[in-house]
Amino acid sequence: MKLRIFVTLKNGVLDPQGKAIHKALDGLGFAGINDVRAGKLIELDVADDTSDASVDEMCRKLLANTVIENYRVERA
Amino acid sequence: MKTAVIVFPGSNCDRDIAVALEAVTGVKPAMVWHGESDLPDGTGLVALPGGFSYGDYLRSGAVAARSPIMRAVVEAAERGLPVLGICNGFQVLTEAGLLPGALMRNEGLNFVCRDVALTVANAQSAFTSRYGQGETITIPVAHHDGNYFADAETLDRLEGEGRVAFRYAGEVNGSARKIAGVLNAAGNVLGMMPHPERRIEAAHGGADGRRLFEGLLETVGA
Repeated sequence: MKLRIFVTLKNGVLDPQGKAIHKALDGLGFAGINDVRAGKLIELDVADDTSDASVDEMCRKLLANTVIENYRVERA
Repeated sequence: MKTAVIVFPGSNCDRDIAVALEAVTGVKPAMVWHGESDLPDGTGLVALPGGFSYGDYLRSGAVAARSPIMRAVVEAAERGLPVLGICNGFQVLTEAGLLPGALMRNEGLNFVCRDVALTVANAQSAFTSRYGQGETITIPVAHHDGNYFADAETLDRLEGEGRVAFRYAGEVNGSARKIAGVLNAAGNVLGMMPHPERRIEAAHGGADGRRLFEGLLETVGA
């Protein structure tokens, strides 16, 4: 079973990389960009019987730092 | 005092901290590989060195914080053993949950490598007893991810409890409330981004960092 874990910065946490990307897009002449936030996508290939609880634990224990990040799991 | 330096793949200040600890304690530290599961008997201080453990993969310090030796370090810290994390070591301590907050990419996105002025915000701790309250000292920084973040409530609590050990005197990396070093609630764990081990003798341009180790020897050394 394939899982896609999206790790994103929480609202209110400053994202210097997103800001830099935003500036670069502005510099390329793209208009109308209100905000840019950069995150991570982690793809896992796991045994079919892997429980939701176990995936959640993986996210909380390692894949995301819940002080600054949120995560969302998508089953492919 | 017997000390231990934890060595992760990608640590690069492990030898510098070992030299500083030996210079002050007179005893060569034990160098403990991250794959070990126990600290040497009689360890009186654990140091987590600077560097780029695991290439900073995932997040700085994230993978190192889950290595076998860190279980022993967390357990020992909870029993009151002094633990000092410098730079990447600070990142590892936050990732391991021994210190609150997180260290994010520097606000200016650049790697910052220079001497900085620090204000001693708490001179009462085991780590800072050789400094004066409010004293300004000079210690170098060298980091890409030193931008300290915690929510407002946590920051208020840290300040209220005297757990901010050092602040940057000027703007360095965007850290919340210019925090450069924080203590745990019990005061036996300190994480800081600046490198005191790089300022221990005149040849380094000053010895402001040496007093941190001398203070520790005095307060916790046997």
